[in-house]
Amino acid sequence: MSNTPFSNGIQAARLDSVELTENFGDLHPRFDDHEALVASDRCYFCHDAPCMTACPTDIDIPLFIRQIATGTPEAAAKTIFDQNILGGMCARVCPTETLCEQVCVRETAEGNPVEIGRLQRYATDKLVDAGQHPFERAASTGKKIAVVGAGPAGLSAAHRLAMHGHDVTVFDARAKAGGLNEFGIAAYKSVESFAEREVDWLLKIGGITVETGKKLGDGLSLDGLKADFDAVFLGIGLGGVNALGVDGEDKDGVDDAVDFIAELRQADDLGKMAIGRDVVVIGGGMTAVDAAVQAKLLGALNVSLVYRRGKDRMNASEFEQDLAASKGVRIITNASPKAVIGNGAVREIEFEYTDNDLKSTGQTVRLQADQVFKAIGQTLEGEGLPELEWGKIKVDDSGRTSVDGIWAGGDCATGGDDLTVTAVAEGRDAAEDIHAKLSA
Amino acid sequence: MANLESEFVGIKSPNPFWLASAPPTDKEYNVRRAFEAGWGGVVWKTLGSEGPPVVNVNGPRYGAIHGADRRLLGLNNIELITDRPLEVNLEEMARVKRDYPDHAVIASVMVPCEEDEWKRILPMIAETGCDGFELNFGCPHGMAERGMGSAVGQVPEYIEMVARWCKEATDLPVIVKLTPNITNILHPAEAALRGGADAVSLINTINSITNVNLDAMSPEPMIDGKGTHGGYCGPAVKPIALNMVAEIARNPETAKLPISGIGGITTWRDAAEFMALGAGNVQVCTAAMTYGFKIVQEMISGLSQWMDEKGYESTADFVGMATPNVTDWQYLNLNHVTKAVINQDDCISCGRCYAACEDTSHQAIEMSEDRVFTVKDDECVACNLCVNVCPVENCITMRTLEPGEMDERTNTPVQADYGNWTAHPNNPMSTAAE
Ligand SMILES: Cc1cc2nc3c(=O)[nH]c(=O)nc-3n(C[C@H](O)[C@H](O)[C@H](O)COP(=O)(O)OP(=O)(O)OC[C@H]3O[C@@H](n4cnc5c(N)ncnc54)[C@H](O)[C@@H]3O)c2cc1C
Ligand SMILES: Cc1cc2nc3c(=O)[nH]c(=O)nc-3n(C[C@H](O)[C@H](O)[C@H](O)COP(=O)(O)O)c2cc1C
Ligand code: SF4
Ligand code: SF4
Ligand code: SF4
Repeated sequence: MSNTPFSNGIQAARLDSVELTENFGDLHPRFDDHEALVASDRCYFCHDAPCMTACPTDIDIPLFIRQIATGTPEAAAKTIFDQNILGGMCARVCPTETLCEQVCVRETAEGNPVEIGRLQRYATDKLVDAGQHPFERAASTGKKIAVVGAGPAGLSAAHRLAMHGHDVTVFDARAKAGGLNEFGIAAYKSVESFAEREVDWLLKIGGITVETGKKLGDGLSLDGLKADFDAVFLGIGLGGVNALGVDGEDKDGVDDAVDFIAELRQADDLGKMAIGRDVVVIGGGMTAVDAAVQAKLLGALNVSLVYRRGKDRMNASEFEQDLAASKGVRIITNASPKAVIGNGAVREIEFEYTDNDLKSTGQTVRLQADQVFKAIGQTLEGEGLPELEWGKIKVDDSGRTSVDGIWAGGDCATGGDDLTVTAVAEGRDAAEDIHAKLSA
Repeated sequence: MANLESEFVGIKSPNPFWLASAPPTDKEYNVRRAFEAGWGGVVWKTLGSEGPPVVNVNGPRYGAIHGADRRLLGLNNIELITDRPLEVNLEEMARVKRDYPDHAVIASVMVPCEEDEWKRILPMIAETGCDGFELNFGCPHGMAERGMGSAVGQVPEYIEMVARWCKEATDLPVIVKLTPNITNILHPAEAALRGGADAVSLINTINSITNVNLDAMSPEPMIDGKGTHGGYCGPAVKPIALNMVAEIARNPETAKLPISGIGGITTWRDAAEFMALGAGNVQVCTAAMTYGFKIVQEMISGLSQWMDEKGYESTADFVGMATPNVTDWQYLNLNHVTKAVINQDDCISCGRCYAACEDTSHQAIEMSEDRVFTVKDDECVACNLCVNVCPVENCITMRTLEPGEMDERTNTPVQADYGNWTAHPNNPMSTAAE
């Protein structure tokens, strides 16, 4: 007999494979043709549509929805990819409830927006599943560009540059391209190896070489890249994680949420993923929610997500919070970690109640925990980078850094919202600026 | 990528989508923005004679029929021709044509039925550099009361006469725009051809009253307590327009007469359907008035995707391809037998097919206790009503019976050969050699 949710400690196989498969299935299954027609029929084809303005990549939403409604989802996909080459992943991971769907006029009218995200997925899946790449590369310009980081920002930049005829080399420290699409996004948002399939599909444009296992600062240097290439784009994301800064943080069972998620995303067999019986996740953003939900889905008996300020200050959207609650995650707010307690391994964790300004109320509470995940933010890592501001690489609207010939975008750069879609937009815009500069 | 470039009676445009003569084409500002949005050509809002322009009502001009969710299905208007001075329109047309030499600019014209009126105005308009003329014999309200518009379009002799005058007055192509407010569209089309017209365009709007205000007891749109019939257009008129286009395209006398298809065109598919039935290009009014100029982008992407999928390289490859398949009822194959089939995986058990068939047709659908709906092959006459009322697309389809297969309704095996009414035993006029 294998383990159950009640088994003590950090254990694998709390649930059987049938339950695990069901738990990690598609969060929002793809629309079938009928559902897509009905959903697309609701769009009013608004003038200067608010949804389009709310999309960080400016996808022509009314047009693509109309193209679905008139039976040409492939044309719809092209409309999406014109603006956002990772429109497939964005359809799955965008917090649409705070972007396009929040401002849809039918949200205003009926509290029920057009389901833009799911329609986007319906359209983009048609082309990606068929392996059809809708763009052709311009004639070669002979220019060479280095892209560091194969996450959404780097991939988006690389694609746009390749399309303009430049030769692009993408370097990534990891063994696999995709960035957080591959290693971070919750498993139930990107099922059936979509991240990997999307990268393969994107690379069909040609002119892009991906070199994995190549790390800036370890073998690769900015000076070297500058010398060998006509331009450099940095899309290295946020590699480091913030520490709690409390006693006992180094005890066994206290882990980084992003590492747990990355391991889970790469697991061949979810039955081998060990998880605690009583799991506490510290943080209030998307990473915290994803870690908590996936811990629960793996079969943890009790999962608490603890955030130091009030619910309305959480970075995770209301939709994400509700998702966590619906999966059985207990959300505790206004509690800051004080100490990790245990003998070698964590047994309990102590919090003190704090108000929204983090002022202590003097009251404390202890939660039982055999596993604690830290999800209190990521930080930029690396030496000798261009000038920083607020801990990120300082860029202007076109992604130019303080160093001539070096651009940056995505999570590592100032300006974005730390979302996949903003990374895509920034990568694309920097690529256009690089192209304009090199063509001048 | 399919090439959408279009040539209609020698007039070139980047695509076959023209804006029909109506408010969208009433001024330079509109037309420039329309071209920027992607329209291939415009037929300028109908011009009248020099002198003081016509006036429009100052109350509401439009009425509408809505479908579910307030989707506009039909629009009715009581507008007249352009109410701006001729000189202003001509200056603007000249400027637009100069700046958009590759786009089509057609002048729509309506002047009183007098030879010198037509012969004087056409050369004057031609100086704008426009690519051709469209004679508006269609407008069913207002102008008709003054002996113009559909008052001319309903009399074939007038059409022929005016078309001839115009051909004598200009070397540019002359398109005659037909009114659907007649009993047989072939008469005006043939008259246009006799008069030397290069093409016909159709349809203009249909006489209509869209609704009645039951408090004021007046038709809408209501102007100070009274209403008048207006011209109906939009998606609702497409079937009427398609039939008229097909009639002209398949009539031996007019088969070679180029047709510009108009009436309810809203999507790429509507346009493709008009063209398949013989229209060389299409014109659009209501769809633009409902959704704005941007709507053409879907028409362009959809048509080119479909052409790519079918392997058509230019629009000429498929124009008229469906025309030979438009026939008379008497030539339809009576030995072709189909039966409705319900796909149980798609069925949502709403029972609409049952209500329709049980109450109003042939009692050919069975409903089980647990709401499973199945077709009774021995009752189904293949009328298609269930297919049309089912809310799930393709849930009910028509299966064609193979030759030799038993038709359970008639208890006869399906015959392999073609057999129509002309040779049917029940036909007293049967021509079958017995
Ligand atoms: C757990 C989690 C869940 C998330 N969920 C969502 C979500 O649902 N929706 C959403 O919109 N956003 C979500 N995000 C945020 C989103 O993933 C990021 O905003 C986005 O991936 C940023 O893209 P990027 O290209 O800037 O960086 P990354 O995706 O982080 O990619 C950076 C790449 O650079 C490589 N790299 C780093 N340093 C070096 C170096 N020195 N040399 C070479 N290569 C290097 C990395 O290996 C990586 O492949 C989530 C983030 C996390 C952590
Ligand atoms: C408000 C309005 C005004 C119109 N004015 C004219 C006109 O001046 N001249 C003309 O030939 N047709 C006129 N029409 C008819 C259109 O050109 C077109 O033939 C008709 O609307 C059918 O096409 P649709 O279904 O795409 O609207 C008008 C239509 C509308 C709705
Ligand atoms: S706001 Fe809503 S209804 Fe309007 S175009 Fe966007 S999706 Fe369609
Ligand atoms: S559409 Fe414009 S001109 Fe017409 S009634 Fe409305 S506001 Fe007035
Ligand atoms: S109308 Fe269509 S969905 Fe409804 S019961 Fe009949 S077959 Fe089923």
